[in-house]
Amino acid sequence: MKYSSKLRYRRQKFGFSLLAIISFLTIVPIAAVVIYILVLGAPALNWEFITGFPRGGMREGGIWPAIVGTFYLTLGTAVFAVPIGIGAAIYLSEYAPDNKVTQLIRVAIISLAGIPSVVYGLFGLGLFVLFLQFGTSILAGSLTLSIMTLPVIISTTEEALKSVPQAFRTVSVSVGATKWQTIQRIILPQALPGILTGVILGLERAAGETAPILFTVAAFFLPRLPSSPLDATMALPYHLFVISTQVPGMPIKIQYGTALVLLVFVLGMNIIATTIRSRARAKRQW
Amino acid sequence: MAREIRETLDRKIEDHFGAISDLGSIVEKAIKGSVDALCRRDLELARKIYTNDQVINKKRYALEASALITVATQQPMAIDLRILSSILDIAGELERIGDYAKGIARIAMRLDDLAPFQDLAQIPKMAEMTADMLHRAIYAFINLDEESARAIPEEDDQIDTLYNDVYKELLDLMIKDQKNIDRATFHLWVAHNLERAADRVTNICERTVFTTTGELIEFDRSDDEADAF
Amino acid sequence: MNKFSIQNYSLQYSDGTESLRNISLDIPVNQITMIFGPAGGGKSSLLRVLNRLNDLADVTHQSGKVLLDEENILSPKTNVITLRRKVGMVFARPVVLPFSIRGNLTYGLEVAGEKNNDLLDLAVETSLQKAALWDEVQDRLDDPAIALSGGQQQRLCLARVLALKPEVILLDEPTSGLDPISTGKVEESLQDLKKDYTIILVPHSVQQAARTADLAAFILQGDLIEVSSGDTMFTNPTDQRTRDYIQGRFG
Repeated sequence: MKYSSKLRYRRQKFGFSLLAIISFLTIVPIAAVVIYILVLGAPALNWEFITGFPRGGMREGGIWPAIVGTFYLTLGTAVFAVPIGIGAAIYLSEYAPDNKVTQLIRVAIISLAGIPSVVYGLFGLGLFVLFLQFGTSILAGSLTLSIMTLPVIISTTEEALKSVPQAFRTVSVSVGATKWQTIQRIILPQALPGILTGVILGLERAAGETAPILFTVAAFFLPRLPSSPLDATMALPYHLFVISTQVPGMPIKIQYGTALVLLVFVLGMNIIATTIRSRARAKRQW
Repeated sequence: MAREIRETLDRKIEDHFGAISDLGSIVEKAIKGSVDALCRRDLELARKIYTNDQVINKKRYALEASALITVATQQPMAIDLRILSSILDIAGELERIGDYAKGIARIAMRLDDLAPFQDLAQIPKMAEMTADMLHRAIYAFINLDEESARAIPEEDDQIDTLYNDVYKELLDLMIKDQKNIDRATFHLWVAHNLERAADRVTNICERTVFTTTGELIEFDRSDDEADAF
Repeated sequence: MNKFSIQNYSLQYSDGTESLRNISLDIPVNQITMIFGPAGGGKSSLLRVLNRLNDLADVTHQSGKVLLDEENILSPKTNVITLRRKVGMVFARPVVLPFSIRGNLTYGLEVAGEKNNDLLDLAVETSLQKAALWDEVQDRLDDPAIALSGGQQQRLCLARVLALKPEVILLDEPTSGLDPISTGKVEESLQDLKKDYTIILVPHSVQQAARTADLAAFILQGDLIEVSSGDTMFTNPTDQRTRDYIQGRFG
C-alpha cells in the first residue's frame, strides 16, 4: 500500500478540520454585522423612536412613518407579486408544454432576475410614475418592487411544486380527478410551505431595497402617514440612506437604530420563513 | 372476507385427495368384485369389472394431469410438495391394483370354460383382507395418519401366509391329478395377483409415511417368494 | 363474454422505448388475466392503454382499437374521467396520498362531487372489507395513511380503487415491493374479487402468473407471442420462446 491507513486518516482529519474552520469563518461577518449594529443602535431604541415622528431635521424623534411605509410597500408588493408569481409558476410547472414558447418565458424570467435594482427604479419611474401618471406613490413603488420580486417567487414556487412527488399526480388522475382538481387538492396544499417560504424571502428582499423605491415612492420627509396608495411615503431603506448621507450632524445612534429596526424586520421575516419550512418538513406525509 | 394465504393451493390439494379417495373406492370394489365374480361364477360381473378398468385408467391419468398442473402453477413446497408427489405415485399404484383386479376378472371369465371350479377359502379371504387394507391405507394417506400407515403393512404378513397355504394346496391338487393343472394354475394367478395387490398397498403406506416424515422407508417384507420354493 | 377487445393495437413513444406492435387480445369478464413477460416488453404500456393513463406519457403514435364493452376507448369522444373510474389501477409501489386513511378512500368520490357523509362512510367500510384491510384499520381511520406498513398501504390502494365501484381492476406488479405474507393476502383477495370485477394483472414473476392466472398472455419486446388458459400456459406452452421464458432460460 502506498499510503498507510494511519496517514490517510490523518489527512482526512486535516481536511475536515480545514473545512470546519472555513465554515466557522463564514459566521464571522454575519455576527459582526449584527453585533455592530446592535451595539451602536440599541441605545436609540425606545418607545418614542419606534412610534414617533422625526423631529429637528430627523436628528431627534422617531421613525414611525418609515416603518409604516416599509410595511405598506411590502404589502403592496405581495398583492401584485404573489398571485401573478404563483399563477405563473403553476402554469410553468403543471401545464406548460415543452416547446419554444415555454423556453422563451423561462429565459425572460431568468433575465428579470439579473436586472440591477437601480435599473428597476428607473424603469418604474418611467412607466408607473410618469407614463401611467401614478406619480411618486406607494402604487408605483409596489408595482416596481413586485416586478423585481417575481423571478424569486416564480422559481421558489416552481421548486416547491416540483418537489411534490409525481406519483401523487398519477394516482390522482387515475381515480378520475382532473388536472386542476389534482393541483387544487393535493399539489398546492403540499407545496404551500415551500411556496410560503419563497414568498416571504422574496418580500423580505423587497422590503430592504433602496434603489427601486428611490424614484418611485420614497419621500424625504412627510409630516403625515400616507392615506391612499397614490400617496408617497417614507421607507426604512431610503430613510437610512438619507439620514446617513444627507443630514449633517446626525447622531450615530439614530442611524444605527434605524438600521437595527430594518435588520430586525428583515431577519424576523427570515426566522418566520425558516420556522414554517422546518415545521412543514416534520409534518410531511411523504 | 379474509381468505387464508394459500387457500387456492389447499383447495386444490383437497380436490386431489377427493379424487384419490374416489379412485381408491373404485379399485377396492374391483378387487372384491372380481374375486366375488370368480367364486360365484358371475360372468356378468366379471365382464363389467374387466371393462371398468378403462374408467380406472382414465381417472388415474386425469388425476395425474391435474396434480401436475397444481405443481406447475402453485409452486408447492415441503409437505405440500410431498403430498403432491405422493398423489402422483399412489395414483399409479391404484391403477396397477386395478390391473390386478382386471386380471382376476379375466380369469373368472376363462374359468367358466373349464370344468367345475375348486373351493379354496383362502382366496376370498385374501381378497377381503386386501380390500380392507387398501381402504384403510387410502384413508390414512388422506388424513396424513402416520401411525395407521405404519401399522397396516404388518397385516401383509397374514396375506403372505394365506398365499403360501393356497400355493401348497394347489400344488397338491396338481400333483394328485394332471387334469387339475389348468384350473389350479389359474387359481394360482388369482392368488398371486391378490398378494401383489397387498404389496402395492404397503407401497401406499410407505408413501404416506414419506409424506408426513420426509423419509422414504421400506416396510419389511418377509421373503415369501424364496420360502415358497 | 369479453370485457375488453384489443384489436391490432400499436404504440410508439417519442424515445422509441416500450412500443407495442399489432396487439390483438380479448380479455374475458370476471376472470384474472395475466400479461406477463420479460422487463421492458411493453406490458405496463398495454395496461395503461386500458385506462388511458398513457395520455400522460410521451406517446407519438397509436393505432388500432381498444374496445371496452364494445366501445372504442381510444376515440376522442371518450370521457376519460368516467373511464378511469370504471377502470381502476393499482401501481407497483404503494402510493398513498398525503391524507388520512379515510381521506385516501374518499378522495376519488369527492373529486366526483360526492358530499353525502353517510355514503362516503359506507364506501370506506365496504372497500376496506373487500381489500381485507378493515379489521386492521377500522379504529384508526383518521390516522395518516403513511403510517401503515407496505403491505397495508398496497391494500389501501386496492381499497381506494374499489371505493369507486369500478368494473375493471388493473394491477401493475402490485406485490413487487411486498413481503410474502402480504403478497399471499393480495393474491387471495383477487380470487374473491374476480367474482365481481374483471382483473388484469402484470405479475412480477412467472410464479405469480402461474399461481393466479385464469388467462395468460405472453408479451415479448412489444409482440404478443401466445395466449392461453393459465393451466395450459404453464404446463404446456406452444411457442418455443414462451417455453424458454417460463422455464427460466432467459428473462
